[in-house]
Amino acid sequence: MSARPNGWSLAGSRRVPRALHPMAWWIWALGLATAASRTTDPLLLMLVLGVLGVVVANRRSDAPWARAFKYYLYLALTVIAIRVAFRTIFGGDIDVKDMHVLFVLPHVPLPSWASGVQLGGPVTVEGSLGALYDGLRLACLLCCLGAANALANPKRALRALPGALYELGVAVVIALSVAPQLVESVQRVRRARKLRGGSGGGFHVLRSIAIPVMEDALERSLQLAAAMDSRGYGRTAGASPRTRRLTGALMLGGMGGLCLGAYGLLDGSAPGALGLPSLLGGSVLCCLGLALGSRRVGCSHYRPDPWKAPEWIVVACGMVPAAVLTVGLGYSGASLNPSVQPLRWPSLPLVPALAILVAAVAAVAAPPPVRSAPTAGDADGGRLDDRHLARRIQHADPPVGVTA
Amino acid sequence: MIEFDQVTVTYVGAPTPALRDVRLRIEEGELALVVGRTGVGKSTLLGAINGLVPHFTGGTLAGRVTVAGRDTKNHPPRELADVVGVVGQDPLSGFVTDTVEEELAYGMEQLAVPPDVMRKRVEETLDLLGIAELRDRPLYQLSGGQQQRVAIGSVLTAHPRVLVLDEPTSALDPNAAEDVLAAITRLVHDLGVTVVLAEHRLERVVQYADRVIEIADDGAVTAGQPATMLRTTRVAPPVIELGRLSRWDPLPLSVRDARRVAGPLRGQIGSQPAPPQQRSAPRCRGATVLHAKNIVVRYGAVIAVGGVDLDLAGGEVTAVMGRNGSGKSSLLWSLQGSGPRHSGTVDVQGVDPTTLSSVNARALVGLVPQTPADLLYLDTVAQECEQADRESGPRPSVRAKDLLDRLAPGIPEDAHPRDLSEGQRLSLVLAVQLAAAPAVVLLDEPTRGLDYGAKKTFVAIIDQLAADGRCVVVATHDVEFVAAVADRVVVMAAGDIVADGPAPEVMVASPSFAPQVAKILAPLDYLTINQVTTALTLVGR
Repeated sequence: MSARPNGWSLAGSRRVPRALHPMAWWIWALGLATAASRTTDPLLLMLVLGVLGVVVANRRSDAPWARAFKYYLYLALTVIAIRVAFRTIFGGDIDVKDMHVLFVLPHVPLPSWASGVQLGGPVTVEGSLGALYDGLRLACLLCCLGAANALANPKRALRALPGALYELGVAVVIALSVAPQLVESVQRVRRARKLRGGSGGGFHVLRSIAIPVMEDALERSLQLAAAMDSRGYGRTAGASPRTRRLTGALMLGGMGGLCLGAYGLLDGSAPGALGLPSLLGGSVLCCLGLALGSRRVGCSHYRPDPWKAPEWIVVACGMVPAAVLTVGLGYSGASLNPSVQPLRWPSLPLVPALAILVAAVAAVAAPPPVRSAPTAGDADGGRLDDRHLARRIQHADPPVGVTA
Repeated sequence: MIEFDQVTVTYVGAPTPALRDVRLRIEEGELALVVGRTGVGKSTLLGAINGLVPHFTGGTLAGRVTVAGRDTKNHPPRELADVVGVVGQDPLSGFVTDTVEEELAYGMEQLAVPPDVMRKRVEETLDLLGIAELRDRPLYQLSGGQQQRVAIGSVLTAHPRVLVLDEPTSALDPNAAEDVLAAITRLVHDLGVTVVLAEHRLERVVQYADRVIEIADDGAVTAGQPATMLRTTRVAPPVIELGRLSRWDPLPLSVRDARRVAGPLRGQIGSQPAPPQQRSAPRCRGATVLHAKNIVVRYGAVIAVGGVDLDLAGGEVTAVMGRNGSGKSSLLWSLQGSGPRHSGTVDVQGVDPTTLSSVNARALVGLVPQTPADLLYLDTVAQECEQADRESGPRPSVRAKDLLDRLAPGIPEDAHPRDLSEGQRLSLVLAVQLAAAPAVVLLDEPTRGLDYGAKKTFVAIIDQLAADGRCVVVATHDVEFVAAVADRVVVMAAGDIVADGPAPEVMVASPSFAPQVAKILAPLDYLTINQVTTALTLVGR
């Protein structure tokens, strides 16, 4: 029985559902983030948010991590609110000539050494709007990350890391699975402590909980280490000191280049030579280092995610807005950052807007996600709970095996 | 396949070796069962097979261990991963990934098995162990028996020729244990995998063994045919003890074999009703001390305990049985008052323990949880005892140390609680809880990790508690322990009580909760060897 698309869908359901390569989603999202970081035009930024929303709604699976996008949206709203609030309280304008004053907060004079900071004072439309645009841009960047996390399984993304970072990926995966165990352990010991009366002062309580939990954690990690050792972990690793030093040097140099390049690209006032050339140089060094480092790890990957045409298309969709908004061809650079002083309606520059819309093509280009068919009693150990049953009866889903 | 050549293992700081001068050959395709009392070095022997001892644990290993021609001296565990698969006691703590399918593939990824071969082997292993429907499930959501089978599968995908299992069924209820053992025997019979396994619950595995390896208390090792070895081993399941008692030859290893030769014995003792259990201290059923009505415990949508009524009397030992997850623990915790209870009433001597502070609740009902070590956090036994006295109020009626000396004499005062054996640690926690002088004592799965000797001692401890007039409740799936200790058995399933009555009545009739003696002597209602001995004396043999 084929899984029915639940919810609305842009693409026909004839395509075989599969998960897109996590790296493709990440590159796509980072492309959009790069584009968003170049502009403060609220219309363009809202367009970016819209594109993210459409793609996430269409191409996320029903796994728990796919629900993360909602929380990133809340976080983004909080960021905007904080940005505007700070500007209102601390950034009151002194020189309000030609500005539109909204209201005046009581001004608290600060000593001379804090002359850069204003507390209270007149609040202007121009200032608040500037803060709002700025907050919106930050919110957009956050949502890009959120979209990547919701679209790509974080653990599979770690598995797609190059071999040189293999140990890092393993450590993160183990940490992620150990954290719930630790919480469980704390709860268990706290419960047990109540059995013993649970009297005593602060340090005593801490000790009576911390010691059993730590002993437990230590024992578990030893058992895990023994299990991993007996299952062959680290069997194929090994590199000569010379290769290790070379890898280290390449990676350090590459990272330095990447940092300089990112700074040069993101800061419009930096000299041009700092941007693209150091970014490219850094990338080359990093790739070399990773390739060299990966040679020492001889693991294979179970069911590796394939990289096919949809992956290329999605990556291209993400790179188009990044390229157009960075290079600045076909529109005036000033239109990306609408003026708030003097106050003017933001315009929607045509070329950047089209470029951002191209990113939305990913919603169709990516294959539909794998959605698990509702089966009786997953997640609750074979017990079909009443709500689940009621929902299924409402939808009048034919039982598995009956549909032709 | 596996060869031990004059192996002696000594851990750092240990006065005597854990294994002494071991010479042993385990042939290909054998199922070898390692027996011995708790702490004699069973785990050391198992660990030495894949080199975890001494590469991972430290200590010195003299002599030579070879597996499939590879010497563990210059092959650390990871270099033996393609030959030896090891499954530890707690499968969950050995899992590296978080879903079944990825866990099965993990070992092969480390061995750099090509992706297409991996895919094929994962599917084969899922079918082999009957876990195909679990493939996408998160590992922590699985039941104990499923986790154990996934753990076996996760080492099996590397196609090892030897499988080493440390207590694979100890934590499982009888039915889950059957599933795991069925999977193991299938590997031995169909695939010719050599299996070495250690297990406390000998009654479950002894019939499948091709060879028994006994480790004596001084670390010496003897091996031989099960029927010969088990005549003299220090630990033996009831079926073997019954065989020894009746001098059956050859010694039957399974209930089926024993039943076929037990006809004369049944005739001999069947003329009279089964004598009562011999207790080390006399029991006398007192008045009802705990009165529980309509107890409901729920976790979200899952109902753990669904409206249970229970009356418990002083001087009576009640066993609560049922499969894992049937609500035994939840019931115990809610009776004590520290666990959740969504409706219903508990009345202990006129008071509801939930309305009291935890200090006072504990003086009414004491609970020893599944992992007793959670209660211990000080450096020595003496400190724990003193702390327990302080926690029991300004003037405790009895000192914890005195209790401990009564329950388990000979525990050194300056020992660290972590260094005690499982049985000693259980006694310490019990003493700590009894210091508050509760009228009701609840024990959650107390026999985990206890060997037959330690269990006998623990049965005597419970006899004492009951003789003191306390009401004792034991939640467990250790059938033989219940047969030896309980007056009354309550069977739970899916949160409800499905059977409640005197132990012989409930146990003899049940296919999964009948002890071995009951199965062999059915339809007579004998539960323990103890009763058979008494009956034989009575008929004057």
